Amino acid sequence: MNRINLKLQENKKLLSVYFTAGYPKLTDTVSILEKLEKSGIDMIEIGLPFSDPLADGPTIQASSTTALNNGMTTSVLFHQLKDIRNTVSIPLIIMGYFNPMMQYGIEKFCKKCAEIGIDGLIIPDLPVKEYNDNYKTIFEKYGLINVFLITPQTSEERIKFIDEISNGFIYMVSSASVTGSKNSFGAVQNEYFERISVMNLKAPQIIGFGISNAETFQQATKYAKGAIIGSAFVKHLSENGTNNIDKFVSSILDS
Amino acid sequence: MNYFVDENGYYGDFGGAYIPEMLYPNVEELRLKYVEIMQEPSFQKEFQNLLKEYVGRPTPLYFAKRLSEKYNTKIYLKREDLCHTGAHKVNNTIGQILMAKRLGKNRIIAETGAGQHGVATATVCALMGLECIVYMGEIDIARQAPNVARMKMLGATVVPALSGSRTLKDATNEAIRDWINNPVDTHYIIGSVVGPHPYPDMVARFQSVISEEIRKQLKEKEGSENPDYVIACVGGGSNAAGAFYHFLDEENVKLIAVEAAGLGVNSGESAATSVLGNEGIIHGSKTLLMQTKDGQITEPYSISAGLDYPGVGPLHAHLCKSKRAEFIAITDDEAMEAGLELCKLEGIIPAIESSHALAVFKSKKFKENDIVILNLSGRGDKDLDTYIKYFKL
Repeated sequence: MNRINLKLQENKKLLSVYFTAGYPKLTDTVSILEKLEKSGIDMIEIGLPFSDPLADGPTIQASSTTALNNGMTTSVLFHQLKDIRNTVSIPLIIMGYFNPMMQYGIEKFCKKCAEIGIDGLIIPDLPVKEYNDNYKTIFEKYGLINVFLITPQTSEERIKFIDEISNGFIYMVSSASVTGSKNSFGAVQNEYFERISVMNLKAPQIIGFGISNAETFQQATKYAKGAIIGSAFVKHLSENGTNNIDKFVSSILDS
Repeated sequence: MNYFVDENGYYGDFGGAYIPEMLYPNVEELRLKYVEIMQEPSFQKEFQNLLKEYVGRPTPLYFAKRLSEKYNTKIYLKREDLCHTGAHKVNNTIGQILMAKRLGKNRIIAETGAGQHGVATATVCALMGLECIVYMGEIDIARQAPNVARMKMLGATVVPALSGSRTLKDATNEAIRDWINNPVDTHYIIGSVVGPHPYPDMVARFQSVISEEIRKQLKEKEGSENPDYVIACVGGGSNAAGAFYHFLDEENVKLIAVEAAGLGVNSGESAATSVLGNEGIIHGSKTLLMQTKDGQITEPYSISAGLDYPGVGPLHAHLCKSKRAEFIAITDDEAMEAGLELCKLEGIIPAIESSHALAVFKSKKFKENDIVILNLSGRGDKDLDTYIKYFKL
């Protein structure tokens, strides 16, 4: 079974973390992954940087620009990750935009992910229909789970369709925003979290965008299986480098 | 061969809507409604009336006698430079502001490079009394001060795009991010035939008034609706889409798309996407774009800000790949000379974008009896600074 599905079966709330590969330094990738696992993180999203990250706010944009300037590419990332399964055993997901993957070659990209031990992909600008029509068979051939997003504006009908075709979890975007825009959740978010949780979807939901501290993590996981921290962790990396990752994680979990 | 958009939003291999889920409801709403709204009699009436009374259409199809004599062929200029605000851009913003109103949106966002589309958007927002926010790269704001001032005078808020290369592509990214953050009340007026489906088709339809008029006017002047050639410059490609539109299925009408070669196609400072680009995704559309081998989008260069875009619209990618249109790359120097030549021969100061199209006469021979339509997309007022510096006037 895919590591993501195994993890989703565990009887606990999951904390997932996003970081941009190649940031703050080109060679930090493996060390960040190892430290995150040791700190008790359940799942990691490795960001493949892109020049034009449409769905991201300033924090992740800036980290992507730095990572690209540092020399991060798809090939470099795969090279850095080639022995990662010797030291890291939690689920690993690559999150990135579609163009760099297209240029690498989708089948070649998926094959490489499988060889390394990547469990899934999150591609914000690959629409559900394109995936279903053109790429699903390739992803499945290499045992990769493709994670779809839903937002507060997604219609009930579409949520049901996305649930049907999801074989891992649903990435629930907390609010109508790019990444890193919100620090707290209000009544609107609670209503939306509640609305989704009572739909009894087959795929577990993990909430992302706007999770930045223990409070928002608690609030999100009251309704969902887990939560994803992105911009707040990237900000931590920009201020601390690869130091104090354990402290960052415990500030979320030990409260 | 089909040159129009298919039911999935594609032109051959190009197009589609590669957008994050956050944009899906807005783009889907537009996709479901745009054709129906455009075909409503009340919409058409209001649109046509504004094009006539406010924009000043139809624009003349002017027989350029001295230019024709010089190149020994029959050249007609479609005078989009005479549109209100100085370029064809306003045809699209008039259409989209009416669309936005019918969709119940009261906040308008737009991207702009040189500022022409920003000015055209600010203009129609003032006309309709709607809030207008224009995203513009920080670098472009510095080099296009008069247009920034015009937008402000028209009541728009100009927001600097500080990310990436701080030019047009980043302004477009920022506008898309704004739309993600404001999904309910906002309409995004894209300025060219780019972006996710249905934008390329919607913008092409609004601009198609150009070729519709050409056919009528040419019939009166020459007894035939169809010329031998239509020439237009291509950045994103909206004026070319409009000038080509009603001729796409007329295979006897040869289409020439003119890209900016900058300092030369192989100089590293160019915007000739059809030569330097390959297939990929930019701003929600699968098309030809300039990028590194790792799929990072690169920054183009042209002396003309309106042609300085790293992609082309999916229609043009299809016209290029299917060879329906001939693509020609014109350097800064060739364009500037051709622009000055039009001033001297016809008393018309063209936008530098349009000067690229004019430069085709130097590199390509036409027959004496050929009827050649050149879409003069804009006037040169906005470019005076560049002309002054270039020719040391």
